[in-house]
Amino acid sequence: MAERPDAVVLAGGTDLMVDANRGALDMADVVVVDRVPELRGWQRDRNLLRLGAAVTCAELSGGEPAALVPALAQAARTVGSPQIRNAATLGGNLGTASPAGDTLPVLAALDATVEVRSASGRRDVPLDEFLVGVKANALVPGELIVAVRVPVLDGPQEFLKVGTRNAMVISVASLALVVDRAGRTVRMALGSVGPVPIRAVEAEVLVAERIDWSGPGTLDARTTDRVAELVADAARPIDDHRGTADYRRHAVGVLARRALRRAFPGAGGVAA
Amino acid sequence: MAGEVLSLTVNGRTREVADAHPGESLLYVLRERLGLAGAKNACEEGECGSCTVRVDGRLVCGCLVLAAAVDGSEVTTIEGLGVEGPDEAVELSDVQQAFLDAGAVQCGFCTPGLLMAIDDLLDRDPDPDDLVVREAISGNLCRCTGYGRILAAVELAGAVRRGGGGAQ
Repeated sequence: MAERPDAVVLAGGTDLMVDANRGALDMADVVVVDRVPELRGWQRDRNLLRLGAAVTCAELSGGEPAALVPALAQAARTVGSPQIRNAATLGGNLGTASPAGDTLPVLAALDATVEVRSASGRRDVPLDEFLVGVKANALVPGELIVAVRVPVLDGPQEFLKVGTRNAMVISVASLALVVDRAGRTVRMALGSVGPVPIRAVEAEVLVAERIDWSGPGTLDARTTDRVAELVADAARPIDDHRGTADYRRHAVGVLARRALRRAFPGAGGVAA
Repeated sequence: MAGEVLSLTVNGRTREVADAHPGESLLYVLRERLGLAGAKNACEEGECGSCTVRVDGRLVCGCLVLAAAVDGSEVTTIEGLGVEGPDEAVELSDVQQAFLDAGAVQCGFCTPGLLMAIDDLLDRDPDPDDLVVREAISGNLCRCTGYGRILAAVELAGAVRRGGGGAQ
């Protein structure tokens, strides 16, 4: 990759082969990375999980990763079909950097760190610095995504998305909710409603303030309603062929309420 | 990659491909270079599942696999799903027979992909509940049947496989 910095980096192929089949991608120089052993598998080091860039959505969907980072598993399960999940990789989701990438809001909510390497060294890039725009990331030519580090947290996690059906759907709107009981923080990130995942910071702060941390973790209905409003306000959606901006803003509010209800007993609000 | 010989084990036989262009999908190589037209070519974007094959045991869309990337791999296509019966004749697998018995084939275009997906499912879980079946075939579009008889075929094939009378 140092010799041919403009080569196409191909992992599962679920994004790039679509372009290649249309003749829209020059495949003269391709570096295939998904069978590189160092990029496969994962390691847990205390409260950090390091996921290799070539870990597939199918692998994220069950077993140890699903037990340690349940929201990431939920997101991975909503990607495409079994055939797609067997091929699509976590690193590929970051490489493509689509606004609708389903693992991305979860990684944003987890404050993930992206490990990047090149012939000249390694650097760690925080997720919010890695994703810089629509299908744009912070990689420079010659660099490769090698792994993603996420915290292993104690607390409920949810990932929810809206699309036209339950399978094979590109997100119209999505939301990840991550609770850290030890740190008493709540993190919410929205997908498909902006060029990159958006953290709903005001909503996060409100939930963390109002939640009954010392008890069973209940949340009252008024707070739930207010959180849904704050989440909708945080979205910066556009109109496109998958949905209107108004619909997307409404949808993330609904998803916020639904995620809170699943995560916290007693979280009420208007049925959604 | 141009000029390099690609070697694949397809349905148990070693096949060499000398004339593939860089960027060619596994589906293209199977159909156009190796003459295996069972896996169908429709959407070319992983949406329809009609090109479903197994690569090293993993169920994937052949159209999204770069052929050069799976050099040395074992590929199973619909042509390899049948089982050898007496006198070396190839017999239909349990899933194929179930599709016939249940009337799950109409135009037939999606059938190879569905058979591969259902074979993969029943390998992992010979007694799947309805939701698991629907999830397993969610990446295989059928525009004729409405899926009713396909679901019935899965039930039939599962019963055969659970009873030990199945193909594998």
